[in-house]
Amino acid sequence: MIYLDNAATSFPKPAQTIEYLNSFVTNIGGNPGRSGHTLSLEAARVIFETREKLTAFIGMTDSERLIFTQNGTESLNMALLGLLREGDHVVTTRMEHNSVMRPLEFLSHERAVSYTAVPCSPEGFLDIDDIRVALRKNTAAVVINHGSNVTGTVQSLEGVKDAVGEAVLIVDACQTIGCMPVDMETIRADILCFSGHKSLFSVQGVGALYVRSGIELTPLKFGGTGSKSESIQHPTFLPDRYECGTPNTPGIASLLGGLTFIEKEGLGTIMDRKQALRRMLVDGLRAIPGVEVYGHKGPEGASFLATAAFNIEGRLPSDVGYELNRRSMYVRIGLHCAPMAHQTVGTFPNGSLRASPGYFTGEDDIRAFVEAVREIAGE
Amino acid sequence: MPENKAFILLFRSIHDVLRAEKMLKKQGVPHELVPVPRNLSSDCGMCIRLDSDATEIRRGLGGMEIDRSFAFDGENYEQIEL
Repeated sequence: MIYLDNAATSFPKPAQTIEYLNSFVTNIGGNPGRSGHTLSLEAARVIFETREKLTAFIGMTDSERLIFTQNGTESLNMALLGLLREGDHVVTTRMEHNSVMRPLEFLSHERAVSYTAVPCSPEGFLDIDDIRVALRKNTAAVVINHGSNVTGTVQSLEGVKDAVGEAVLIVDACQTIGCMPVDMETIRADILCFSGHKSLFSVQGVGALYVRSGIELTPLKFGGTGSKSESIQHPTFLPDRYECGTPNTPGIASLLGGLTFIEKEGLGTIMDRKQALRRMLVDGLRAIPGVEVYGHKGPEGASFLATAAFNIEGRLPSDVGYELNRRSMYVRIGLHCAPMAHQTVGTFPNGSLRASPGYFTGEDDIRAFVEAVREIAGE
Repeated sequence: MPENKAFILLFRSIHDVLRAEKMLKKQGVPHELVPVPRNLSSDCGMCIRLDSDATEIRRGLGGMEIDRSFAFDGENYEQIEL
C-alpha cells in the first residue's frame, strides 16, 4: 500500500498521536472543565497544555485566543461568518478552497457581503498589487490561502499586511502548518485558521484558529462552557466565548501527541524530508512522456509543498486514479474542493490527480508510484 | 476581616484556573486546586486555595485577572480585594 493523500489527511500517524489518544481515552476520559473531580480536571489540563503548545508553535503567547474547532473549515467559517457584516467587502484569491468560497457565497446572498477574488498565475502565485487594486473603502477582510491544496504553491505573505492595512488579514494555513514555519508575527496574519489532522498529525476532527487581540467575532455556537453557569448569557471571555459544548478532547490529546512528535523530530527535519520527496516525485512525474505536473515552477525563491497535481495527456483523472487504486496506490482525484484553483491552473472541469507524500512516505514508495504512472501512461 | 486561614481565588474559566496554576508553580507559590465551594458560586468547576500571604499570591499571579477572591477562616468566606 502506498498512501499519497496526506494533503487530505496525514496517514499513518506517529506513535505519539496514538499514545496520547489512547492514554486519554483509557486513563482520563472526563469532561474538561465541567466538574470538580480529578478526571474532569485532568481532561482540562490536556486541553490547556495543547492550547499552550500550539499557541507557541504559531509564534504567539496569548493562549486563550487559540480556539479549538472541529476542522479547518469550521475555523474559516467562524472567522468569516463571525466577522463580516451586511455591506462589507472581502478580497480573496482564485486559489481558495471551498471552505472559503462557500461561506463567502453564503454571505453574499444572506448579508449582502460582496467579494473580489483576484486572479493568480497558472502556477498559483498571487501578485500583491492585485490585492491593492481590489481593496475598497468597505473591505473588512482579506482572505488568503497560504499553501494550495491543489498545486502546493506557497504564497509569500511578505508585504501583504502592509497592503491590506486596516482590513483583517485571514490566512488559511491548513496545508502549510507543520510543513514549514507558520509564525503569525512573521506573516502578520490577524486570524490564522488551520486543521490538526493534516501535518500536525492529530486524528480527524480537530482544527483551530487564533484571533488576534482587538478582533471581535460573533460566535457560531452558544451553550454550555462550564463557566458562569448561573447566567443564561453566553460568556464574553475567551476561550469560552468561542468554545462551547463538550469538545473533542481525545482528538485534542492526539494533537498534543502530534505536536510532541514534531518537536522531537524538528520541523526543519520534517521540511527537508518532505521537500526531498517532493523533488523526487515532481521530477519523476515530469520525466514521463505525456504527464503534466501543474505548478512547481516559479520565480526565484518560490516554494511549494509536497503536493503535486498532475494529469496524463488524454486520460481522465478518474480512470488513472482507478488504475492506481487497483495497485493499492492512493491519491486524490478531481477538483479537491477547490474549483477556482483548478480554473486558475487550467484543469477545470475535469480536475487532476494529486499525489501528496507525507513524512512517513519512503523513497521506494515514490519510485514505485512514478513507475506505476509511467506504466499507466504507456497503456 | 476574620482571622485568615486561606485564600480562595475564583477565575472566569478553567483556562484561567490552569493558567494561574502554571504561574504559581513557576513562582513556587504553594497552592491547591479545589472544587468551587457551592456557597461562593453555582459554577461546577475548580478554584485555587492558597495558604500564602496576599503579597506572595499577587507576586505569583503576576497581575493576572482574578474573578473573585475570598478570605476563609475555616468557617466563613469573606469577599476581599486581593
